[in-house]
Amino acid sequence: MKKEPRYSTIELMACAASRILEDQKSVFVGTGLPIVAAALAQRTHAPNLLIVFESGGVGPRVPTLPISVGDSRTFHRAVMASSMDYVMSTAQLGYVDYGFLGAAQIDMFGNLNTTVIGSHEQPTVRLPGSGGANDCGSLCWRTIIIMQQSRQRFVQKLDFLTTPGYLSGVGARGRAGLPFGTGPHRAVTQLGVMGFDEETKRMKLVSVHPHVTVGQVKENTGFELIIPENVTTTEPPTKKELDTLRKEIDPAGIVLGSK
Amino acid sequence: MEVLEQGTGALLAWHDPDEQRRWILENKSRSLRDKRMSVKEIVSRFLQNGNYIAMGGFGHVRVSMIAIYEMIRQRRRNLTMAAKTGVHDLDILVASGCVDKIDNAYCCGHELRGLSPASRRAVESGHVRVAAEISNAGFQWRFKAAAMGLPFIPTRVMLGSDTFKHSSARIIKDPFSGKPICLLPACYPDVAFIHVHRCDKYGNSQIDGAIMEDFELSRAARRLIITTERIIDEDRIRRAPWKTTIPFYLVDAVVEAPYGSHPGNMPYMYYFDEQHMTKWLKLSRTDEGVREYFDRYVYGVESFKEYLRLIGGDRKLRHLRRIEFLKEPLVAPWARRNDL
Repeated sequence: MKKEPRYSTIELMACAASRILEDQKSVFVGTGLPIVAAALAQRTHAPNLLIVFESGGVGPRVPTLPISVGDSRTFHRAVMASSMDYVMSTAQLGYVDYGFLGAAQIDMFGNLNTTVIGSHEQPTVRLPGSGGANDCGSLCWRTIIIMQQSRQRFVQKLDFLTTPGYLSGVGARGRAGLPFGTGPHRAVTQLGVMGFDEETKRMKLVSVHPHVTVGQVKENTGFELIIPENVTTTEPPTKKELDTLRKEIDPAGIVLGSK
Repeated sequence: MEVLEQGTGALLAWHDPDEQRRWILENKSRSLRDKRMSVKEIVSRFLQNGNYIAMGGFGHVRVSMIAIYEMIRQRRRNLTMAAKTGVHDLDILVASGCVDKIDNAYCCGHELRGLSPASRRAVESGHVRVAAEISNAGFQWRFKAAAMGLPFIPTRVMLGSDTFKHSSARIIKDPFSGKPICLLPACYPDVAFIHVHRCDKYGNSQIDGAIMEDFELSRAARRLIITTERIIDEDRIRRAPWKTTIPFYLVDAVVEAPYGSHPGNMPYMYYFDEQHMTKWLKLSRTDEGVREYFDRYVYGVESFKEYLRLIGGDRKLRHLRRIEFLKEPLVAPWARRNDL
């Protein structure tokens, strides 16, 4: 076995998420780790990944991490600097393959909360709300979620359903009127990578990260997670991936931290 | 048409399309006239307490901060704000006491910088109310419905979510496909402020880079104030008319305001002032800090020019230009506290 380079959990998450993205596909990205993962994919295995930002940037060569999903980095050397109407309509039309989101809470069907902790009327924590998340989760073919995993975050019942996953299960998205054939695809956390069971649309474990056990993943999940027989181990980041993350994408350590 | 479900959020800034047409007939002049004014004048003339306002740009990108500071200085109250993507613009208007109701797609956050302490405090304590929820695409499609002179627009977002339940939208059975579809009501803000790269004295405006939702918002708003980095000759507009995003007849007033988006980003001109943002995010953790900030940067200065000197003058502005053009690396003093 080769000696593993040293890496942080956030770097591992960025790499695991980035590898899900395929070349010649399009992806809608949100603030933070999603941008890092998409920019990494573009610089490694998916040079022709079409990155789309909700504010209008289409196909940018993201030079360095944007602070806003609408700042000038999001249309740096892009093929088009359009409008939100343009890109959101494009997604509604079916041109956007992947949508990349973060969240404060997720449930077993991949529904997401980014609006409030507590009640809407008197929230304990007021979070931003949908932003572009509901649009992304409604309109992109496959949604990828990146977030921290714990019992407070992987919950039986969301405080607020901001963005639809598979709603109440099989067929529910279609019944609600959401575009056919869309929904959550993967959830990447500090512990592993989850997917969704074809038959039940419930969350299942796909891989655990190096040095993480299946038991640890279950302990940090507030609902019953499907554990298949063939759970694999996530490949650790390569030196090239780490160099690209640290030197090119986020040299200021904004998302990846100071390590 | 069969209504399947109705959101419980407040329906704000909606008008019957015929009422809006009449208002436009009576209030919007088509005359080509010089509309240059001072920032003091635009706020005192066009913005009343209780109005529904919307800012162009994207929360802290190409936002008319010069107009926002003036609203604070003139102590406008009980404003409702379209938090279409409400970032620094909303945060500072909530913290100053100007805005007490939020029509929300995105509020109380500073994107990568984390949550906004001041507006979070205002909402969590009940001082400021979030009257309705919607998504970002949903909000700009509300402007689009308004810009088209329609009462509503059908979309496939928000279906099945609590975002819908807390919105002013409705779900009906689409008479063509037979599937449920979400109808978003038009949104006509009383006043919109849009910061642009350049315009002529009549208001014909050019925007470089992504235009966000300003194409729609500029038509949806009843009163439209343009603040601009530079006023150019009408001839420059007429030589390249395809570059006009906003034509003069939509515009009520024009204010020349170089660096008018500071501390926000102005694409192809200057990047965020992260030192200033850090100062705000730190000070706004307490009410005293908020007062200190406004005393220093808003009430304590006579003009925007004086404000620009206070934040670091030419030297600072040159630095922000160099960051925008990737000639200097960005330093974000808040970075290490960020987890996700």
